[in-house]
Amino acid sequence: MQIDRRLVVSFDWPLFVLSITLALLGIVTIYSATCSVDEECSRYLATKQSYWLIIGFFWMVVAFSVDYQRLNRWVYPIYGAVVILLGLVLLVGITSGGSQRWLDLRFFALQPSELAKIVLVLVLAKSLCYYEPGYSLTALGVPLMLCAPVLLLVLLQPDLGTAVLIFLIAMAVVVMSGLRVRSLVYFTVAAIAALPVGWQFLKPYQQTRIWTFMNPESDPLGAGYHVVQSKIAIGSGRLWGTGYLQGSQNRLEFLPEQHTDFIFAVFAEEWGFSGCVVLLTAYTLLILLALRVVRRAQDRFGVLLAAGVSAMLFWQFTINIGMVTGLLPVVGIPLPLISYGGSSLVTTMLALGLLINVSMRRNTR
Amino acid sequence: MLPLRTSSRTLPEFRGRIRFFTLLVLLALALLTYRLWMLQILQGHRYAVLSESNRIRLERIPAVRGLVFDRHQRLLIHSRPSFDLRYAPGEDANGLTPLRRLGHLLEADTEELVETARHANGSKGVTLLRDVNWPAVVAVETHQLDLPGIHVSVKARRSYLTDDMTAHLLGYLGEISTEQLRGLRRKGYRSGDEIGQAGLEKLWEPHLSGRSGGERVEVDATGQKVRVIDRLKATPGHNVVLTLDMDVQQAAYDALKGREGAVVVLDVDSGAVLALVSTPAFNPNAFARGLTAREWRELTQDGETPLHNRTLQGHFPPGSTFKIVTALAALQEGVISPDQRLFCGGSYKVGNRVLRDWKKHGHGQVDMHKALVESCDVYFYQVAQRLGVDKMAKWARRFGLGSPTGIALDGESAGLVPDRAWKRRRFGTPWYPGETPLVGIGQGFIGTTPLQMASMVAAVANGGTVYRPWFVQRVVSPEGVVMEEYGPVRAATVKLKKGTLEVVRRALFDVVHGRRGTARRARSDLVSIAGKTGTAQVAEMRGEAVKSKDLPYEIRDHAWFVAYAPTDKPEIAVATLVEHGGGGGATAAPIARKVVEAWFLSGDDESDDVEMTDAQLTRLFGERPRHAN
Repeated sequence: MQIDRRLVVSFDWPLFVLSITLALLGIVTIYSATCSVDEECSRYLATKQSYWLIIGFFWMVVAFSVDYQRLNRWVYPIYGAVVILLGLVLLVGITSGGSQRWLDLRFFALQPSELAKIVLVLVLAKSLCYYEPGYSLTALGVPLMLCAPVLLLVLLQPDLGTAVLIFLIAMAVVVMSGLRVRSLVYFTVAAIAALPVGWQFLKPYQQTRIWTFMNPESDPLGAGYHVVQSKIAIGSGRLWGTGYLQGSQNRLEFLPEQHTDFIFAVFAEEWGFSGCVVLLTAYTLLILLALRVVRRAQDRFGVLLAAGVSAMLFWQFTINIGMVTGLLPVVGIPLPLISYGGSSLVTTMLALGLLINVSMRRNTR
Repeated sequence: MLPLRTSSRTLPEFRGRIRFFTLLVLLALALLTYRLWMLQILQGHRYAVLSESNRIRLERIPAVRGLVFDRHQRLLIHSRPSFDLRYAPGEDANGLTPLRRLGHLLEADTEELVETARHANGSKGVTLLRDVNWPAVVAVETHQLDLPGIHVSVKARRSYLTDDMTAHLLGYLGEISTEQLRGLRRKGYRSGDEIGQAGLEKLWEPHLSGRSGGERVEVDATGQKVRVIDRLKATPGHNVVLTLDMDVQQAAYDALKGREGAVVVLDVDSGAVLALVSTPAFNPNAFARGLTAREWRELTQDGETPLHNRTLQGHFPPGSTFKIVTALAALQEGVISPDQRLFCGGSYKVGNRVLRDWKKHGHGQVDMHKALVESCDVYFYQVAQRLGVDKMAKWARRFGLGSPTGIALDGESAGLVPDRAWKRRRFGTPWYPGETPLVGIGQGFIGTTPLQMASMVAAVANGGTVYRPWFVQRVVSPEGVVMEEYGPVRAATVKLKKGTLEVVRRALFDVVHGRRGTARRARSDLVSIAGKTGTAQVAEMRGEAVKSKDLPYEIRDHAWFVAYAPTDKPEIAVATLVEHGGGGGATAAPIARKVVEAWFLSGDDESDDVEMTDAQLTRLFGERPRHAN
């Protein structure tokens, strides 16, 4: 097999190295997060996450090996497959915590809504790349039609967090693709107007979460418990942190979901403000590197694809940390690369693979 | 240098929008960094404190309450480990099966267990069975796996070795009330604590309670103890040694058993309480175990009012026992000489009212001696009339009647000594001359407690000194250091002429020993007793005198007997009251005799008692440092 030399030379090492570093940091933090009061820490989940990282690495390589232009042709079949998976979740999925999100695949539980995010980025990039900039709202018909089933199926699980995330990613791609500014304003106004209607469709627990977000201390042992304990964990880290494996909020299990959605609180307790600044900077750097891929991409599909992945990373990261620090309601969005979870890690690696794909082919056209 | 690298060229249409997104990312970074700065730096201290209070819990170590001994070092109260079965249905509780198994295992009433378990709310749980025996503890521990949610909890439980016998004196413990807690929180009490609610347990609470310790423990989110960080040991309570003589107390209790009444035995030369019994009584161990609603209802609504301490909480007309006071007052005031005779024809007329003697046909010519020995009412009607109510009241008060004796027990009644001023205050009417004779024989308005009467007769026996009754000799720390020591307190000294006392004492001797004495049934072969009977009317009988035993129970006479012994050199004073017991000589006097004999026999064999205490202590606590002595 002949490998184009330009591909090797143009390989986006900073993006690649930073991604792997963050994923390794995730495993280290998961190890701490699954330590409880017993003197011995369990390596079980950290080990499992390492296997997921290897699998994610494989898919990353797959994702940057195939030229994204060739991938373009496979977008709709992939889209169809994911929609079917989402439908299956509703029929035969595993129910946990009041919603049906997982498919039992014997060896592991697949979370198709994770895949849905990336498929949506592909679909939008493909459907929007033929429009000329400054197109109007009416042109959005087809993309919206494509988004609708995914959004609906995710909402039915119900997974409000992922639905909001998908919407925000879609918005980013649409904006990037050059929707007319006036249309954008209309659209935003309409979306805000639709909020009270949407509220009616929320499950009671979702409404409670949003209310609790407004005032978490009102119910410190009930719905507000997560946020209150998470803020205590983060705050008690102070400047230098309590030290690795030394976070009492985590080890005494006051923190909920400490290895998944709330893993940032574990990190913040142990590493303090100094460690958090480093982590935040690393993430920002990752997103800026992703935006550099957008800037360098040589065709509209590449631009929109990279922009979608950047948006996906950005929103997940921002929403997760916002939620853990009590700035946003608790919506169940994991911290990409760090939170425990196979589907999330593999999907993120895959997305980063796509970014590298676009990045390394910037000079081939 | 990378030769193939061309200058990267951004598609022009995206330039502005990429810049917009870059700005957005940096803005988000700034916002999140600021948020973390706020949480970790600005409010970091506050959250660190919150984290600490999440992690650290203070757990109390309850103090072991002090022991109580009688004057011969016999143990009366101790605290023993006791086992309760508690039920806290966790998330994994599978319905009522464990309760059924438990019921089967212990052969207990399953329905009742289920009913009790119904009150278990959340993780707090309920106590299913209190104070279960050791085989039950073993059975539950061995079947632990089959009994999820059920566990054995151990705590120190107060054990009253003398049961009902000392109920009113020793009192009982109960859960601290909200009002009590308000004042005592500073002293380390917390809600749910037990505190003395009556008797010695209440009034010596500060000595007995000790001070609870505590430990700081690290807990996890479910409240499970992870490790102990540091510990402050509890200080055990001090032991209390009473002046009580359990032999005397036991004799008094046995003699009174089945009746409503009271016995008070005082040391003549100090006012120390040797026995203080009120019946019916209650079992303080039931309080320690925790009373059921029904038990409490029975205690409080029982017509016999077992919680009521008859020795001092209620006053009764003293009847003829009061004639001792009338006699002393009359002789001291000189309204009559000991030898002066008055005629008793069975009744006495005051105004248009005819007052009867208990003896229908009268006692004939009566002097002071005969009047006391035979308890002639008509003699004392006349003497009272000569004295006037105010002078009688003055002398009664000198002997401590009409005001609380000051014993360190709750709810002591002052009794009632009437005089003109009192009548005017109370009823707004003047004193009628016809009321005076009745007071002279201890009837009418006058009321006294058995404790007051014992104190009065002790003063007669010791030559006129009224002591404040007391029952705690000393408080001793668990290491054996004497913390407090108590002694006699003189409340008053009544100046009496030697001759006056002689006359009365000789008469009181003959009340028991004389051929016509009213208390011949108090005569003992072991020790000589002097005393005075009293038969106090409850309902005023107009017309013909009716035999008390023919009356309905509630209006039968109260039987009194006050005494001291030995007569030549008095050492103890006794007051006995049997409510609705009929004649004092028939009912109360024999009780007093038994009590005096018990005291006489218990006398000096202290060496035996101490040995018994040692054995008791070893049996109860195993080998451990002796508490007292």
